[in-house]
Amino acid sequence: MNIEYNYGFLDENTKRMLRRGLLKAVAIPGYQVPFGSREMPLPYGWGTGGIQVTASIIGSDDTLKVIDQGADDTTNAVNIRRFFGRVAEVATTEKTSEATVIQTRHRIPETALKSGQIMVFQVPEPEPLRTLEASEVETRQLHAHQEYGLMHVKLYEDIARYGHIATSYDYPVMVNGRYLTSPSPIPKFDNPKLHQSPALLLFGAGREKRLYAIPPYTDVESLAFDDHPFDVQTWDSHCALCGSTESYLDEIITDDAGSRMFVCSDTDYCATHQQEAKQ
Amino acid sequence: MTPILSVRQVAKRYGQRYGCREVSFDLYPGEVLCIVGESGSGKSTLLSTLAGKLAADEGEVTFRDVNGTEHDLLTLAEADRRRLARTEWGFVTQHARDGLRMNVSAGANVSERLMALGQRHYGELRATAGEWLEKVEISAERLDDRPSQFSGGMQQRLQIARNLVTKPRLVFMDEPTGGLDVSVQARFLDLLRRLVHETGIAVIMVTHDLGVARLLAHRTLVMQQGRVVEAGLTDQILDDPQHPYTQLLVSSILQA
Repeated sequence: MNIEYNYGFLDENTKRMLRRGLLKAVAIPGYQVPFGSREMPLPYGWGTGGIQVTASIIGSDDTLKVIDQGADDTTNAVNIRRFFGRVAEVATTEKTSEATVIQTRHRIPETALKSGQIMVFQVPEPEPLRTLEASEVETRQLHAHQEYGLMHVKLYEDIARYGHIATSYDYPVMVNGRYLTSPSPIPKFDNPKLHQSPALLLFGAGREKRLYAIPPYTDVESLAFDDHPFDVQTWDSHCALCGSTESYLDEIITDDAGSRMFVCSDTDYCATHQQEAKQ
Repeated sequence: MTPILSVRQVAKRYGQRYGCREVSFDLYPGEVLCIVGESGSGKSTLLSTLAGKLAADEGEVTFRDVNGTEHDLLTLAEADRRRLARTEWGFVTQHARDGLRMNVSAGANVSERLMALGQRHYGELRATAGEWLEKVEISAERLDDRPSQFSGGMQQRLQIARNLVTKPRLVFMDEPTGGLDVSVQARFLDLLRRLVHETGIAVIMVTHDLGVARLLAHRTLVMQQGRVVEAGLTDQILDDPQHPYTQLLVSSILQA
């Protein structure tokens, strides 16, 4: 059986709905725009939001890169890349610098983004206040009235319990001085890259049916206390493969004896770095 | 002296029936007003209506803020109502778990309102929270414990601290002693009386316990079937009740 899919898998009306939502999201940085999320050929939690956003903005002259926790070669990344190669006939790449659209799960590439590039984030929970306030009606009110004291309750609690702000991923940010926003579960190491980013950042939450965006060159501030300022993770070691001291490192256990090594989570960055070292 | 809250002919309907109706009174700064009555007499409805949690159907409620600006609470924009609720009002509920965040520490509970007002210094927040715990007779060592680890009396005192930390001028209380046994209740009322005296806040308290009214309230309203049947100085009402229903209420207290 040979099924003909519309270009980009989604039908044109759905894409139009998504684009309208995205336009609104870009116009109101950080504001969560509801949209009619569709069933996609992958389960919730695997990037149904991101894949719909990508499908609605992608064109045949685009070059797509997909990463999962920084890696280009994991199941999720490989499958989504192949999916768009098939339904949108786009060129795909693993090089951050060559991509025009980068769909990501929980990382921002180490290589600096450029103007004209679009990042698409997969978001499991778009509402940063959700763990503290279960009611959607109430959280919308809190956003409307910019009542964000609650978020600091969580940070306070972190310091009271662990002595420092222990939230290390999905670290809440204030976008354009107005909306409290979840940056998706990226490590807080990546939060500074959101600030004044030259690239357009789009966020899609499929199960929660929300879109939001951080337009290029927008102020993004990570929340903190005056006496406990925001800081990012640091490591004592460098990447065991490429020797980088600037990238986000994953700890990998290499045998049953507990040997471990630290390597870059961004595979493209690591490979490029290794090659540069060889030359 | 100008009243902090003026209530005129307020009514709240549930469908065709009235929850409360034709309620009028003035509340002055530093005054404690008790609303007494049996279950279903409309006292909690009245309190929620005055605090803006329910929309009134008739009447006028005017609140004077710290700058002397008058706010008509029935037509107030939601944003302004929330601002007043954060800065000028407090609300103490009967069940502490409705008024507290049970899954965060006592310190975070007390600090929440301060953080909502923009305080961003952890050390100072913590110091203030500790002071307030001591003020409500909870050891500052318990700052990092969760309210679920507290006794009922402590939870209720924590709720008081959480509300008073931003120095509101008007606090609504809905049967704050409802779930407490008598000895704990006595301590709680003692504390409340001291705090009211020290801070000069005005309090509107709903209770079905005339003893609480006797101990705390300057003035008392007696409600029956949604209406205020008698109002006046507490001692006057309890010692010389005029309305048959008040007489019944007063005579039904066990003389120990």
